[in-house]
Amino acid sequence: MAKSIDITDLDIYYGDFKAVEGVNMTIKAKAVTAFIGPSGCGKSTFLRSLNRMHEVIPGARVEGKVTVDGQSLYDSAIDPVEVRRRIGMVFQRPNPFPTMSIYENVLAGNRLNAKRMPKATADTIVEKSLRGANLWNEVKDRLGKPGMGLSGGQQQRLCIARAIAVEPEVLLMDEPCSALDPISTAAIEDLIHELKSDYTIVIVTHNMQQAARVSDDTGFFNLKAAGQPGHLVEFNPTKTMFTTPDNPDTEAYISGRFG
Amino acid sequence: MSLTASPEQTPTGPPESDSGSPARRSARLGDRIFAGAALGAGLLIMVVLAGVFIFLLIQGVPGLSVDPSTYGQGFDNFWSYVAPLLFGTIFISILALIVAVPFALAVALFISHYAPRRLATPVAYVIDLLAAVPSVVYGLWGGRALAQALKPVINWLGDYLNWIPLFKGPASPNGQTALTAALVLGVMILPIITAISREVFAQTPRLNEEAAIGLGATRWEVIRLAVLPYAKSGVIAGIMLGLGRALGETMAVTMVYSSSPKFTLNIIGDTSPQTIAANIANNYSEATPDKQHVLIAAGLVLFAFTFAVNFIARWAIGRGERNLAR
Repeated sequence: MAKSIDITDLDIYYGDFKAVEGVNMTIKAKAVTAFIGPSGCGKSTFLRSLNRMHEVIPGARVEGKVTVDGQSLYDSAIDPVEVRRRIGMVFQRPNPFPTMSIYENVLAGNRLNAKRMPKATADTIVEKSLRGANLWNEVKDRLGKPGMGLSGGQQQRLCIARAIAVEPEVLLMDEPCSALDPISTAAIEDLIHELKSDYTIVIVTHNMQQAARVSDDTGFFNLKAAGQPGHLVEFNPTKTMFTTPDNPDTEAYISGRFG
Repeated sequence: MSLTASPEQTPTGPPESDSGSPARRSARLGDRIFAGAALGAGLLIMVVLAGVFIFLLIQGVPGLSVDPSTYGQGFDNFWSYVAPLLFGTIFISILALIVAVPFALAVALFISHYAPRRLATPVAYVIDLLAAVPSVVYGLWGGRALAQALKPVINWLGDYLNWIPLFKGPASPNGQTALTAALVLGVMILPIITAISREVFAQTPRLNEEAAIGLGATRWEVIRLAVLPYAKSGVIAGIMLGLGRALGETMAVTMVYSSSPKFTLNIIGDTSPQTIAANIANNYSEATPDKQHVLIAAGLVLFAFTFAVNFIARWAIGRGERNLAR
């Protein structure tokens, strides 16, 4: 079930360093939300705070609220492992498990959630997820082969299949095309369009055209100076963002005057 | 991947003209010196190994066909003499591995993935320190302190678990048993297996670990999904180094128990299977020249066996990597 996310006054720290400050936004269900901004502005950190992935760095913590469907993600009763099972993630570089076949890669998340499943169920999940990731036709004859044998773009779609196999409430994508060639990028963008009918998608991208092409809402992050915390400058429907932005900094950035 | 290497990058063409600046030429000289030194070091290792092998061959081959009385009571040829020794060597070493490997992997995972940094560094340091203890000291400790401490355990095993061939008994009254020696050996090979495993665990690509974490894996599941598959060949290499050390270890076995070559699975009894290395150490100083040849021939068998183990391990690791790359 796709869910919406509400973020209220979120500050993110790494130890004493404040990386992101004062973010407020609502990420709509069954829509694509993109974050753009210059390097180091905290957009990836913010994305990772949405499924508590940033906590793998020692000393990371947040202040403020993130709620998915009314449930606070940072409630002390919530297990971060549980959060990551509900909110899936696709990374900058494709990272299929190197020792696993394509088939087992798709099922990796399901195997964590439920130890035993009948072969027929597993087959159904694999086919559905690979079809969902537009990869089925390319790999259906070699499901037993290692995932590392695929091309970069196929590997990334395999990672997307792995993420959607567990039917997450939200799918986070951290620059999913930055390591891919233009053709693979186009394939992933098409896929994002299709996935949005079932999933809430949040994507970080360096590529403003990509944000314009795939997203419904866009958030622009910036930082005042190096060493200062990043902050959300503007959050608007993508169409507004790229035609009549509220903030002059946003206009400067999207028209290529800096960043 | 190597398929994309363009022909220009392969150093087949003639070197560029030598009319470069002096700085450039000296850099090339440094390159050449280093390449020569590296080659020399590599060759030296081969020469030393070959030297040892040739010594064992020349001195050992006469031992294969000495007068049968030289081998001692009950042995009519060399192979019947060396077989129980080889058995003892492998048996004790495998027992040591059974003791050391689970413990070493657990400690390595603790250091690389569970312990907070403040604790991981001192623990790693203490484990490394175990490797610095001389084997004579381990032998003394094993033969006296550990043997004493194990007495009740050995008696209990002999009383209650004597239906298992390993603990058939009767239990040794002094505690100086094969079990004691295997435990001592286990402690001795622990640091090397731990150190190597820890290094390979720590080198797991962040990308793979994040893949598992992002799917909602617990810490153990991250280790199972991302760390262990990646580290498998390195861990096997570490275990093989540990096994190599256990196979050749002399003092720790010699000082824990004394015995003669024989086949027995009983590890808590008074008589325990002798190992090749300990047998050489026990007998060499008072051996006749013929017996010396026999002992060296036994050493040659150990050498060949260790070589074979390492060879098979390399092959297994290589096969694992080929499977990965397929």
